[in-house]
Amino acid sequence: MKIGDLTELAVRNLREAILRNSLTTLGVAVGVASLVAMLSLGVGLQQFASQRLANSGLFNAIFVASRYNVGGNGRRSRQNQPTDSSTPARPLDESARREIAGLPNVNEAYPEIRFMTEIRYNDKPYPTMVAGMPDSARTDGAFDGMQGKFFSSPGADETILQIEFAKELSAQPSALIGKDLVLRYAERQALPAQGGKAAPSSVAGGNKSSTAGGFSVVPHEKKLRIVGIISTEPEGGFGAFGRSRVFIPLAVAETLSATQVSDLRDVLNGSSKTSSYASLTVRVKSPTQVPQVEAAIKSMGFTTFSLLDTTRNLRLFFTVIDLLLGIFGSLALAVATLGIVNTLVMAILERRREIGVFKALGADDRDIKQLFFAEAGVMGLVGGIGGVALGWLIGKGVTLGTNIYLSRQNLPPVNISAVPLWLALGAIVFAILVSLAAGLYPASRAAHLNPVEALRYE
Amino acid sequence: MSQGNNGVAIHADNVSRHYQMGDALIRAVDDVSLSVGTGEFLALLGSSGSGKSTLLNLLAGLDRPTAGAIVVRGRNLAEMDTHELARYRSLTVGMVFQAFNLLPRMTLEENVELPLRLAEVERADRSARVREALEHVHLEKRLAHRPSELSGGEQQRAALARALVNRPTILLADEPTGNLDSATGEEIMLLLKNFNQSMGMTIVMVTHERPLAERFAHRIATVADGKLISVTENSCDGAQS
Repeated sequence: MKIGDLTELAVRNLREAILRNSLTTLGVAVGVASLVAMLSLGVGLQQFASQRLANSGLFNAIFVASRYNVGGNGRRSRQNQPTDSSTPARPLDESARREIAGLPNVNEAYPEIRFMTEIRYNDKPYPTMVAGMPDSARTDGAFDGMQGKFFSSPGADETILQIEFAKELSAQPSALIGKDLVLRYAERQALPAQGGKAAPSSVAGGNKSSTAGGFSVVPHEKKLRIVGIISTEPEGGFGAFGRSRVFIPLAVAETLSATQVSDLRDVLNGSSKTSSYASLTVRVKSPTQVPQVEAAIKSMGFTTFSLLDTTRNLRLFFTVIDLLLGIFGSLALAVATLGIVNTLVMAILERRREIGVFKALGADDRDIKQLFFAEAGVMGLVGGIGGVALGWLIGKGVTLGTNIYLSRQNLPPVNISAVPLWLALGAIVFAILVSLAAGLYPASRAAHLNPVEALRYE
Repeated sequence: MSQGNNGVAIHADNVSRHYQMGDALIRAVDDVSLSVGTGEFLALLGSSGSGKSTLLNLLAGLDRPTAGAIVVRGRNLAEMDTHELARYRSLTVGMVFQAFNLLPRMTLEENVELPLRLAEVERADRSARVREALEHVHLEKRLAHRPSELSGGEQQRAALARALVNRPTILLADEPTGNLDSATGEEIMLLLKNFNQSMGMTIVMVTHERPLAERFAHRIATVADGKLISVTENSCDGAQS
């Protein structure tokens, strides 16, 4: 029989027992919905986590430090990957920064500047960490979704506050935008090797440490205008000194020549006799290019750290989660397939005589088998489409419920469900395949009915 | 045999169909040899349970003999695979049944169209062929009716149209008037006779009504206990018209 006739007859047969077949199809739809809802949550959570991490700017970042600095305290040194021991260690100075910045697939290499500060707002002190942000952060997504705007220029005396810190300053964080605050910090001033007047060490080399003669610390203040408030943590978890909650332009941070913990370390271990950076952050064009760039930097005599392994583990984790969710979601579909088997076996009993007539009129076993397969397939197709829609709705419902709860906790909304095209199409195809598998036994049984006995059936 | 004796349409050679039921061997058809000429109208006459319907099912390719051969157009049905048998049922023979066996969910048009679908006839050709078949049985104005909206005689006429639509050369009828009153049965028999005479169609009809067989068939093959008892030329010669 031709495919058009087969489909037409299958749809007609399904319409004749509309209630039973609708219920069976609804069972398939519920099964598919369960599968889709589970996987949509898995995919949505993965996308959510990936996006949050991507916004942190960590996936395409390589943290570079001199081997002179490695082995001390701090989280960074504990996580260092093995270095190329055949290459001699070298200082992380301006020439090294330029060399690294010139490597293929490197967007930029900039020093990491974080320092302890005291923010004064409304004459009250608020101790916190300040980080210098490169101008590239404007476009790399790290500040997406922030209130206000990014720094007006790389050298602007402006600041962006992390939301939790902003809440400490004001019960109405958004009202802070446009207001001024004062940054109190410890300026590092290099001491001459033999007498002479101390001068800020940042004049020539930004945040470079010129510790040959040691340095003195002088308190300074800088007035900054609040231009934005960000709810995420663009640099969270990557530095050695904890999270930064106040962000200023990197160029401004370099001019401050603020004292960092690494300065003390360098003085104590006397490792640096020349101007050098404590560390560099290297932005690579794509996360996939991180390993090659990382290897190149190591071969230059530096130690590196990236979150590549972490992302691999994250992907593995979500793959396992998706698999488990898929298995649990499939259970409902498995139950639904029993409904298909039951419906088709019932149909064989009811249509026994009809099958006999079909055979008497020239249908062969294959025609009968294909007819029952087509009926199972149509149920799978309709159930699959309905199930995807239902699963999408369930996912949206879960997201809505989650966001209602989050809003009551004064937390920003999230999207934790996603039904990408591959999931929708895959679920429909899966529903059809499962339905066809469920139709195997009934179709085979119908095809092998003895026509003479079938025609006698009352 | 006064008509259509210029060739053999069906030849059954020592055909048996035995069933094992527990310890008992049921000989539904037992060593029957019979030839049906092309264009002949043969009546298989016998009482209930005599084996005549089983023999008809064997001739229709709906069942396979346990022994013997049934040769149609030079091919032994017993040696055909299921697909070939299906093609044979689709294109060579048409069947009508005592219970009409129209599909109740389909309209008359769809019922008659069904063999064309199974034979994979092009959709464009079907409508004309359905109409032509229904015109043969004078039901061309009842295309959209369902079987339940027709009388018994009309249903059997529709079944005849369905049997004819693929233009078979052999028509096998299993008690075609069994569910009809005598007047309606007469009407159906006249249609069968018309097909036999005007189209040269070979007809094998199972019946337990001797008068009917004697009025319309060229020959009468009498079956009892699965055996062919006699084959007689009909003295009336099926000449009624």
